[in-house]
Amino acid sequence: MLQVHSIETFGTHEGPGIRLVIFMQGCNFRCLYCHNPDTRSLKGGTKMSSEEIIELLKKQKPYFKDTGGLTVSGGESLLQRKALLDLFTKAKKLGFNTTLDTNGSILDDDTKKLLEVTDLVLLDVKHIDPVWHQTVTSASNEPTLRFAKYLKEINKSMWLRYVLVPGYTNQKEFLEKWGAHFKDYKNIDRVEILPFHTYGFYKYKELGIENPLSDCPVPTEKEIQEALTIFEKYFKSVYVR
Amino acid sequence: MNKVFQKGEWEKVIDVRDFLYHNLIPYSGGAEFLKGPSEKTKKLWDICKNLLKKEAAAGGVLDIDTKTIATAVSHKPGYIKKDLELIVGLQTNEPLKRAIKPYGGIQVVEQACEDYGKKLDPKVKKLFTTYLKSHNQAIFDAYTEEIRKYRSSGVITGLPDNYARGRIIGDYRRVTLYGIDRLIEEKKKDHAGKTGSMTDTEIREREEIGEEIHALDLIKEMAASYGFDLSKPAQNAKEAIQWTYFAYLAALKEQDGAAISLGSVSGFFDIYIEKDIAEGNLTQEQAQELIDQFIIKLRLVRQLRMKEYDQIYAGDPTWLTESLAGMFLDGRHKVTKTSYRFLQSLYNLGAAPEPNITVLWSEKLSQKFKEFCAKVSIDTSSIQYENDDLMREIANFDDYGISCCVSQQKMGSQMQYFGARSNLPKVLLLALNQGKDENAAVVLVPGISPQPERALDFNKVMAEYKKTLSYVVKVYVNAMNIIHYMHDKYYFERVQMALLDTDLDRLMAFGIAGLSVVADSLSAIKYAKVTPIRDEDGITKDFVIEGDFPKYGNDDDRVDNIAKELVDSFNEELKKHQIYRGAKPTLSVLTITSNVMYGKKTGATPDGRASGEPFAPGANPMHGRDSRGAIASLNSVAKIDYKSARDGVSNTFSIVPRALGATKEEQTDNLVALIDGYFHKKAQHLNVNVLNRETLLRAMAHPEEYPQLTIRVSGYAVNFVKLSREHQQEVLARTFFESMK
Repeated sequence: MLQVHSIETFGTHEGPGIRLVIFMQGCNFRCLYCHNPDTRSLKGGTKMSSEEIIELLKKQKPYFKDTGGLTVSGGESLLQRKALLDLFTKAKKLGFNTTLDTNGSILDDDTKKLLEVTDLVLLDVKHIDPVWHQTVTSASNEPTLRFAKYLKEINKSMWLRYVLVPGYTNQKEFLEKWGAHFKDYKNIDRVEILPFHTYGFYKYKELGIENPLSDCPVPTEKEIQEALTIFEKYFKSVYVR
Repeated sequence: MNKVFQKGEWEKVIDVRDFLYHNLIPYSGGAEFLKGPSEKTKKLWDICKNLLKKEAAAGGVLDIDTKTIATAVSHKPGYIKKDLELIVGLQTNEPLKRAIKPYGGIQVVEQACEDYGKKLDPKVKKLFTTYLKSHNQAIFDAYTEEIRKYRSSGVITGLPDNYARGRIIGDYRRVTLYGIDRLIEEKKKDHAGKTGSMTDTEIREREEIGEEIHALDLIKEMAASYGFDLSKPAQNAKEAIQWTYFAYLAALKEQDGAAISLGSVSGFFDIYIEKDIAEGNLTQEQAQELIDQFIIKLRLVRQLRMKEYDQIYAGDPTWLTESLAGMFLDGRHKVTKTSYRFLQSLYNLGAAPEPNITVLWSEKLSQKFKEFCAKVSIDTSSIQYENDDLMREIANFDDYGISCCVSQQKMGSQMQYFGARSNLPKVLLLALNQGKDENAAVVLVPGISPQPERALDFNKVMAEYKKTLSYVVKVYVNAMNIIHYMHDKYYFERVQMALLDTDLDRLMAFGIAGLSVVADSLSAIKYAKVTPIRDEDGITKDFVIEGDFPKYGNDDDRVDNIAKELVDSFNEELKKHQIYRGAKPTLSVLTITSNVMYGKKTGATPDGRASGEPFAPGANPMHGRDSRGAIASLNSVAKIDYKSARDGVSNTFSIVPRALGATKEEQTDNLVALIDGYFHKKAQHLNVNVLNRETLLRAMAHPEEYPQLTIRVSGYAVNFVKLSREHQQEVLARTFFESMK
């Protein structure tokens, strides 16, 4: 069974085309800029079986065309990798595109099996500097980088994603370093810059927890352009979301 | 090089479809050939924008001719600025000046004049109170006490009994293709054929044809006053558009029915335009100029309405619906360069609610055309989409127009008797209150058993609901039969009818409002525990809901099937009755903007909706109850069986641009996939708004900065700033799909 936080039937930001997005309950990172703080706790959410989700996929099939499909996001998807293996295996068997949105923090045999039935990985590498990564996410970036390297080795298609937060993740030297680190990865189909936004702020209020970035500004057009210019030096296909 | 039209049956008999079938050349390319507005168009549109500004400043009506009863020839020729106009003709002698049309009802005309600071000429009033009879007066002579009670309670509302019914689409193209003389000749033949015993039917038909022949003469006379001879067919593109427009204008001058739609002219015009281009007589720029100028004329069409009318049909709409694209039955698509040119006018002149551009969508249309439509939707929110694959296959004809918002009508040989809608939540409340109106405690339906004390039982509620529905439908049909009998008699649409076949396929269009409210209410009764709170007279005032229940709009069959069955059962009830003039009953799930007013008149409902709160529009799920995103919501609506609602199932979809995708390209692709997917599910209609909530809020605060901000409401479009505060708030409350990420 999967522990599901919520479902978005018209996902347009979690992989190519129109996606059925399953937001999983539970996360092992504590990103300062988290816009889904309600998905953090391992408790809560709704139990759903793979079959139930497959049914939803079938209902949505006419909308997928050649590009769309299933995306599992979070929370952190890999916390439920065993259950996801079952879901992705069934989805793939029926011809649905399977996309995994993850922070890449867990790489074990179960993850590896899951990746065999995953068409595309959306990998968030939240900071290239270990110290800053720790600050931003309360976790080390070392497992994530190892995960990325593994995807390169098995030549798994991936989109690298980067949340741009003024004062936290927009330091030019680290953006350069980030680009340089991944520039030779042939399995990267695109890089996406996700400018920090405030859409999730209301959730902090609802949950009654402190929002550490409540005073943080959203990036200016100029800041976004600067990051874009840097990344474009290293990658062919960079998008701003 | 002189191109001639391909020959066909159309030469022998009146058959525009056959002409299209042999002459229309589908265009599968992209938008690259399109041109911007010409200098003349720009100057002309600037003058119009100025007039529109003046109209807004004057409170919505610029001027009224309070003396002249409108006919096709009642007013001298009018111009905006003659030397800039390629296509000529106005409803009165001045742009935006409204005419009086008292045949529908004298009181509304009098009230409308007063509402805008004018006084109806006493002579006109005397004429209609002393010597002549209006449609409205005739109806009230015939109405039963019961119908009157239903009318005032609001169980059935928006009936066209004090104003004209509209909805009839004349095949205006006939004037272009055949010229008036040929049309008169054909009608004379029909007239000569109606002989034998002079029964009611024969007499009426002979009289009507006589009126139609007279109307054809009037169109000719009107055109002659502008210096054009319509007796013969049009010879080139400019004439083709002008002839069709004159015919349409004659209808718009004589009638003021709520919706007087245009039909399907763009593909027809394209044949003439491409012929002229091929012969070197027209450039791309000139072709666009003709279309833009035609569209300008349509944007200036005005009808005189009371302010109260705005509560039902907000934003001064005219529903000049033009349906473009779609497929031929033989599998060829009907997209032409002129389909693109019509859409391009939304860039050349800016967004606007009219004409009501309706794309007849097929999965088989070219990807390039679909992407262009999506782009125009994203940029202007001015287009609606209707499922051609579904409608064409079920109807088995391919030359049709959409009347008003969602009603399919075969061009030239079908007509519709329009009749508003029944308030379905009120029907449910009647069932819960022993047939008594929840606001007035008047018994409207006899023989309804009381519900047991405490929590409502689904089966018991359904049993009484069915009895109630059956009775309400009977009264509804009675009212409609009276209305249309009288409309035919006292306000016959002679111009439109002259441009239709004499022997017609007639439809009578019924409607329902508040579908999602009733579906959710019944779901609550079935899956949660709902206990009514009753006043001292035993009338429900509110409901206590314990527990959760499935809500329509989440692709959950448990409740979606309830919604589907509500529509099916209403349609089945309609079939039990004898309809005026042998018309076939059809049903729509469409509210226009009346969902606000209907809500206001309706007490609290078992779904938790408070008394007075608006319904969702059309077949939309209730605001904020759809929690799984846009596709789940669309899929719920797609389950309503179009075969049970052949007059249309309206769905209004509003989304912020970001939620469609990050880049313009993604947004376009995703919107195309969304429409394809929705229609693949056999849904019929989709209004698409791509707007930021912030934009709407800014427009509410500074309307003067947003004169052209257009939004799609229920099957049509309006200038957002023309809506009342209440309607604006309802639009804001409506589910805007936003991205979770």
